[in-house]
Amino acid sequence: MLVPLSWLKDFVTIDKPVEQVDRLLTNAGLEVKTIEKIGIPGAALEWDRELVLLAHLLKVEQHPNADRLVLATVDYGNGRSKTVVTGAPNLFDYIGQGDISSLQIFSPLALEGSVLYDGHKDGRSTTKLKGRELRGIYNDAMLCSEKELGISEEHEGIILIQKDANSPDYQAGTPLQDALGDAVLEIDIIPNIARCASMVGVAREYAALTKQPIRYPDYSVKMEGPDVDGRITLTTENPELNPRFVGYLIEGVQQTASPYWMQHRLRLAGQRPINVVVDISNYVMLEMGQPNHTFDYDFLRRRADKYNPDGPIQINTRLPHDGETLTTLDGISHKLEPYSILVTDPLGNLSLGGVMGGADSEIKPETENVFLEAAAWNFINIRRTSTKLGIHTDAAFRFSRGVHPSQALLGANRAADLLRKLAGGTVANSVLDYYPNPPEPVTVTLKLDYARRLSGLDLSGAEMAELLKRLEFEAEVHDDHLVVTAPDHRMDIEGPHDLVEEICRMYGYDNIPSTVLSDVLPPQRGNPKLEQEERIKDTLVQAGLQELITFRLTSKAQEAKLMPKNHAAGPDGRPYVTLTNPLSAERAEMRHSLLASVVEIVADNSRYQDRLAMFEVGPIFIADEDEILPTEQTRLSLVMSGQRTVLGWQNGESGTYDFFDLKGVLQALFTELHLDISYEPVEHPSYRPGRTARLLLGETQVGVMGELHPLVVEQFDVQLEDDDQPVLAADIDLEALIAHIPSHYPYDPISPYPAVHEDIAVVVDKGVASQEVEEAIRKSGGFLLKDVELFDLYEGSQIGAGKKSLAYHLTFQAPDKTLTDKVVQKSRNKIIGQLKHRLNAQLRE
Amino acid sequence: MLDQLESLYEASLAKLEEVDSTAVLETWYRDTLGRKGSIYLMTRQVGQLSADERPIFGKRINVVKNELEAAYEARLAELKATELADKIASSAIDVTLPGRPLTSGGLHVITQTLRDIYRIFGDMGFQIYRSPDVETDAYNFELLNFPPHHPAREMQDSFYTENPDVILRTHTSAGQIRAMREYYPEPVRVILPGMCYRNEQITTRSSIQFTQVEGLAVGTNITFADLKGTLTEFARRLFGANRETRFRASYFPFTEPSAEMDVTCFLCDGKGCQVCKQTGWLEILGSGMVHPNVLRNGGYDPEVYTGFAFGMGPERIAMLRYGIDDIRQFWNNDLRFLKQF
Repeated sequence: MLVPLSWLKDFVTIDKPVEQVDRLLTNAGLEVKTIEKIGIPGAALEWDRELVLLAHLLKVEQHPNADRLVLATVDYGNGRSKTVVTGAPNLFDYIGQGDISSLQIFSPLALEGSVLYDGHKDGRSTTKLKGRELRGIYNDAMLCSEKELGISEEHEGIILIQKDANSPDYQAGTPLQDALGDAVLEIDIIPNIARCASMVGVAREYAALTKQPIRYPDYSVKMEGPDVDGRITLTTENPELNPRFVGYLIEGVQQTASPYWMQHRLRLAGQRPINVVVDISNYVMLEMGQPNHTFDYDFLRRRADKYNPDGPIQINTRLPHDGETLTTLDGISHKLEPYSILVTDPLGNLSLGGVMGGADSEIKPETENVFLEAAAWNFINIRRTSTKLGIHTDAAFRFSRGVHPSQALLGANRAADLLRKLAGGTVANSVLDYYPNPPEPVTVTLKLDYARRLSGLDLSGAEMAELLKRLEFEAEVHDDHLVVTAPDHRMDIEGPHDLVEEICRMYGYDNIPSTVLSDVLPPQRGNPKLEQEERIKDTLVQAGLQELITFRLTSKAQEAKLMPKNHAAGPDGRPYVTLTNPLSAERAEMRHSLLASVVEIVADNSRYQDRLAMFEVGPIFIADEDEILPTEQTRLSLVMSGQRTVLGWQNGESGTYDFFDLKGVLQALFTELHLDISYEPVEHPSYRPGRTARLLLGETQVGVMGELHPLVVEQFDVQLEDDDQPVLAADIDLEALIAHIPSHYPYDPISPYPAVHEDIAVVVDKGVASQEVEEAIRKSGGFLLKDVELFDLYEGSQIGAGKKSLAYHLTFQAPDKTLTDKVVQKSRNKIIGQLKHRLNAQLRE
Repeated sequence: MLDQLESLYEASLAKLEEVDSTAVLETWYRDTLGRKGSIYLMTRQVGQLSADERPIFGKRINVVKNELEAAYEARLAELKATELADKIASSAIDVTLPGRPLTSGGLHVITQTLRDIYRIFGDMGFQIYRSPDVETDAYNFELLNFPPHHPAREMQDSFYTENPDVILRTHTSAGQIRAMREYYPEPVRVILPGMCYRNEQITTRSSIQFTQVEGLAVGTNITFADLKGTLTEFARRLFGANRETRFRASYFPFTEPSAEMDVTCFLCDGKGCQVCKQTGWLEILGSGMVHPNVLRNGGYDPEVYTGFAFGMGPERIAMLRYGIDDIRQFWNNDLRFLKQF
């Protein structure tokens, strides 16, 4: 909400600089987002206090040598006067009227040397006023438009300000800064300060914060017209949705432009002035917070002539009939929701209550008689309607956050009286006020002990009461509690906690001490699962991989890229968590695959990077038909591709990642976690056949690793150095893994006795997995065999087709003695014998 | 013979002078003092001398031998020093050449930021509690005192799923009730990190997915002053010991009183700069005393228990710390970005 400081000053004295006003309001929860200064120091264009003044218009004459120029004579204070040459079209009406000083018209006068914006150029470029001859008459001053002063873009005519009983008391010679200069605060109206969605609302907070009284607007209304009774009746079918309806009839309204002071304020507050009737309606809403609506009374009467020719207009508020529609005054036709309350007459609807008026019943240029509505509406109902129909008016903004029914009459009074004063209307005698059940004031008991316990402030009951009274609460002080009654406008007060906030706000959050928690420390349990996840991340980072955090929202189409097109396995059949209001189709489902997320990022980076080694630890989401929430399962996905090392100036080629690089990383991880994982060849549609393994923890599969299928790589559009460059990937179930990480494991003592190293090479069929060979060695080697390490793999002519040779370093060591050759040989022979027996292996000499 | 010895001595010393490398020096030694060297050969001739001359000659030859040994050692040290100096001089490198690049990995900047937050609150007794990304409307809103159609819901645009009661959590506050219900009647001191989702246009300042860390402390002796103290301590540890904090009244449906915490800008020391928009203050987190309805929904009697809660955005913290101007960078995962942290 935009709040001109000058407007606030109608209701409260403000003698602090605007920066201090900002701090006070912001600290109290009325966050000032921006401050726009106009004319005053700090503004984009500062009006010189000596050279830019308010001037009183005395006389307007035709320029003797130019049809489109006039000579305007003004008084600019202290008996000084000046004749100014100007082309302002809005002065032409006054030509030849002689002395017009009694009209009390004022205008901003800029004297030679003042800096203004150039009214004839687009945008805002400054220019310094210099005297020069205009068609034979020397001119060294000008009367200014809003554009020239930086108030708005308006530059058709100069500013003409009418001084009258309702306007400020303008004086010739006043520095323009003091008359029209301003600072406009943009205040963020968060839901619990709906009461501040008006100038009075903000002024009330400021008054409380600075311990001052507030000056409310004059809510009296002079009713001089004929009686309204018998001309209009009011009923309401749903008082819970429309607790109050106040109506005034104002007749004989002149639809002119509103006075300059009103237009100026509306513009500063972000509203476009239209005409005096519309402007008053908006002005009152901005001023005191009660939205109101004006109907064309004669239009209502003409309708009544059809349903009740001899009787009154029958206004009724009700819920819509099935299929009822309404065209709002912006010309849009809406299909109404069953809960959208309407203002109607027996012939049909007239407006969408509290949200927007109807097109047919709105004020037209020829309207003279106005029916003014100021009502109260249920805020939840207004919010639902405004959200559902997508109508976000200033009225709906306020009503959907709560406006107390007590405000309806005040707002109606204010608007009716302004229509009388500024638009020449006559207010019909008596007001229509349908208010069947005025709500009881909210009274709350506040225990002093509770207030102290919550706030940490050691205040007496009287001190608390004083703080609350500043905000117009009534507070009775008792021994150990206060009985507090909230003012009407405080619809946010529900219980004692709300009062504690008010006490803290008025005491000043900054004045509350800062203390260290002294409450009992709860049991410290840690978070073992998260700790293991972090440990896994650290291990992979040490192995040279970069951690990613990717989008968890994805699309089925994106995840389907993990399957080669037309693959028999088809897409992932498990149910997804699907959004009903996604921002885009690409982010419409919660992911099933972490790997797809990681490969997507690898593909993005493959455009810039030679070395790709990344992982993510994160959840996937599998919808569950039996449970309301999906299963969230933590997984680990790794992808590696491209250069093994970052090439420096010394290195030669280090080669590209292959299957065994990935496996090395995984082995390092499982070693760190003390998990015994075995690998088994497997077929998986996402991976390249023959280069895929599944990871087994005992008998349980905990993941798959391998080279991604070339068709999958192509679908993700990973950019490769050459077609043969493999993209390695692993996708692992961390839930299963973490559950089996031992918290303790025995340490392996270091033997003081020498180790004996033996090498053996065996020839086996090509189809025999090296893992089987190694297992057989370990099993048959007994406890003396400390270590088995493959150091050579050979396939070729020396050993014949269909065969391969595997060579191992064997390490034998005893914990308690030096091994003899005899013992080692026995063990070695046993190993060779077992390999022969179980795998048909031949010792390669 | 003595003369002979003296001239050999002179000649040997002269030769030694000419030796210019350790290799030549070894030859000199062999020829002079070695087992078949000239001094040795001369010793062998002692027999030809008379009994009177022998001791004189013997004494003299020992002196010569020792002197030549000493001269040799001195020359050896000299030559070694020269040779080392030459070697060093000839093997200088261009120390400005770049070092060998490591193939190092790294943690995502948000993981690093989260760990900073975990560490600080961990020291104050706050344990890490996690709750689901996909949540019920009840945990995300209703039990946190957001009734249906409440205007506060407008502050957080939700993603809805095919089940009308299930949404993507809009804040990690959704885990508050879960933590309270799990731990009741123990006191609670937890932080709740996690991914949150809001249906907002993706811009440089907002993303549909973002991380959040919520904090919650519930007990029988917890005040608004404790909230201020705890969060000020946190801010000083994360942003520097000299930081000041400021608490402003604010609104969250699940806390009352509520406060926004600002920290003096650590880029300009509170003097005013572009990052803090000339205010000298940076908005860091939202906080407040747990609303009695929320305590009740968690199982705690608000007549007995009080508590505070707070929430912050690790992306915002990282953006401020490193001057990152586009929130989309975090999930784009461009290595050129990630490698900088």
